[in-house]
Amino acid sequence: MLRDTVRALAEAKIAPFAAEVDEQGRFPQEALDALTAADLHAVHIPEQYGGAGADALATVIVIEEVARVCASSSLIPAVNKLGSLPLVLSASEDLKKQYLSPVARGEAMFSYCLSEPEAGSDAASMKTRAVRDGDDYVLNGVKRWITNAGVSDYYTVMAVTDPEKRSKGISAFVVEKSDEGVSFGAPEKKLGIKGSPTREVYLDNVRIPASRMIGDEGTGFATAMATLDHTRVTIAAQALGIAQGALDYAKGYVQERKQFGKAIADFQGIQFMLADMAMKLEAARALTYQAAAKSERGDNDLTFFGAAAKCYASDVAMEVTIDAIQLLGGYGYTRDYPVERMMRDAKITQIYEGTNQVQRIVMARNLPK
Amino acid sequence: MKLVVLVKHVPDEAADRLFTAGVFAADLTVDRDGLSCRLSEPDEYAVEQAMRIARRRMDVQICVVTMGPAGAVRTLARALALGADEAVHVLDDALHGSDAQATSRVLAAAVERLGFDLVLCGTASTDSGMSVVPAMVAERLGVPAACEADTVWVGEDEVMVRRDEGTAVVDVAVGMPAVVSVTDRIGEPRYPAFRSIVEARQKTLRTWSLKDLRIPAAEVGLGASATVVRSVTPCAEQRPALLVEGEARGAAARLAAYLTEHQLI
Ligand SMILES: Cc1cc2nc3c(=O)[nH]c(=O)nc-3n(C[C@H](O)[C@H](O)[C@H](O)COP(=O)(O)OP(=O)(O)OC[C@H]3O[C@@H](n4cnc5c(N)ncnc54)[C@H](O)[C@@H]3O)c2cc1C
Repeated sequence: MLRDTVRALAEAKIAPFAAEVDEQGRFPQEALDALTAADLHAVHIPEQYGGAGADALATVIVIEEVARVCASSSLIPAVNKLGSLPLVLSASEDLKKQYLSPVARGEAMFSYCLSEPEAGSDAASMKTRAVRDGDDYVLNGVKRWITNAGVSDYYTVMAVTDPEKRSKGISAFVVEKSDEGVSFGAPEKKLGIKGSPTREVYLDNVRIPASRMIGDEGTGFATAMATLDHTRVTIAAQALGIAQGALDYAKGYVQERKQFGKAIADFQGIQFMLADMAMKLEAARALTYQAAAKSERGDNDLTFFGAAAKCYASDVAMEVTIDAIQLLGGYGYTRDYPVERMMRDAKITQIYEGTNQVQRIVMARNLPK
Repeated sequence: MKLVVLVKHVPDEAADRLFTAGVFAADLTVDRDGLSCRLSEPDEYAVEQAMRIARRRMDVQICVVTMGPAGAVRTLARALALGADEAVHVLDDALHGSDAQATSRVLAAAVERLGFDLVLCGTASTDSGMSVVPAMVAERLGVPAACEADTVWVGEDEVMVRRDEGTAVVDVAVGMPAVVSVTDRIGEPRYPAFRSIVEARQKTLRTWSLKDLRIPAAEVGLGASATVVRSVTPCAEQRPALLVEGEARGAAARLAAYLTEHQLI
């Protein structure tokens, strides 16, 4: 029922704008409006903060179905979870109430600021500083590649509070767009997910009350990593959705396209490709749903499974979308058909929330017992 | 105030290629087990309308009723997610192949048993629809019917509907209890919110048999049907071609206007 509902909504209210959003590189406002109206913009927020209280699997299904028609739009529910999960996991009750409720009501979105120009895969080498000054902290630095920057009202920012201690000297804070000293860079010009704004966030002497620290001082990096364990599952969901969209499109196309006097779907060479695509996709889905169950239960092997689901599903999404283009032949290579967009969108899932090389490092360090 | 919404579980035209092999069972009834089915779209408008009435008053209880095979629980679940409070499923093997007369008898009996102030339903179902069930149900209940409503106002003891008949707009007022069928001009149904999908699982869904409704099995179903389907022939889908005639300039303008109007350019 949830999948049917989100699929119907996505097809009616989001799909019609997907190509335009990509072409023009504009924010998918229609998608935000439609998702908010149906309470699907941040389904993971617990009920006690006015949220829908969806479990990890339900959240995956929502993201999957939105990504099936428009990957850029799927970053609305996905990044709302990424930005706000540090609070759900580690923040004080007051901070949760203050910041989760507006997100649940659809009045604000949340972004996640970990990466920096010089600190990507090696996020712990970040330079952004937060210095205590009386009851406040003063933040200075630059965060790069921040999804939904400028659109979101709230930002979870990881910053160094004690440079001596490296990753144990990093703390997490909530920064508001309206805080003095917060500004944004020009939108990045990207290969895919062009409808999802990615910008730098500049922090120039941003003064915030100490109560906006998420958890204790020095726990920020641990919180950031714990968050990724859960949200990598949502990136896997996004990859599944993109791949499913491409497979569904190709499946329909091969029935219609005739060569050598029959539908190309009648050729075994085509059928085998579709079989392989569907097989890989279902294997990725099984792994993703298993990881979602672990995320919900908080199992201690989640780190491995989250990384494995993200890495495998995103690799599958890349293969499936490329094959979908192949099945459409020359038409697949043009912007008149959606599969080339899906391929461009799929690529990002192998990069963000840790590149797939980094996922393999994470998996290797946390091999199943 | 008690609203009863009649809903039907019908083949989903978008999901299956209809009217090819496999749609009809050997006895020429629609094979709903073999097809993916959904809540009939016009009935979705009726559920939405019930929700709108409920939002304007404090005392509304909405019950959805369907008569259909076991799979029809999905249609009821959908209506509950859209906001109905409770659901009744009339399920009985003997109902298979019932015609409009038998259907209206069963639905009227279920509505009677529930008690009602207003019965709402779609104008016709999207499969083999005849648009007669709403009027037949009203007749059996002995209450007025106001069909094909484009707008509905509910007062204390009367309901007013407005119907656009093309050449005239007609306002009809009937006393309650009554039966009202609604068109798709009445207001688009919303998508159920996440929480109401979850809450729907906690709502009551009752299953009634013909015995519960005190209707003899021999008087409904395929055997008792007043109409007989002798054969079903698929007809090739043929869209009427548009022929733009006349002098080139004018024809081009008319063609452009046509394409714009249909949002093709
Ligand atoms: C569109 C987009 C949106 C993003 N959104 C966000 C966001 O909202 N918030 C946020 O904090 N970040 C975000 N990011 C940042 C993203 O997570 C980083 O780009 C990513 O972690 C990689 O960092 P990097 O780009 O600096 O690459 P680098 O770390 O410079 O990596 C370059 C290459 O080296 C490889 N590599 C690095 N280290 C190793 C190693 N030890 N072993 C093997 N290979 C290695 C990498 O896999 C990669 O192939 C986003 C990025 C993009 C492109």
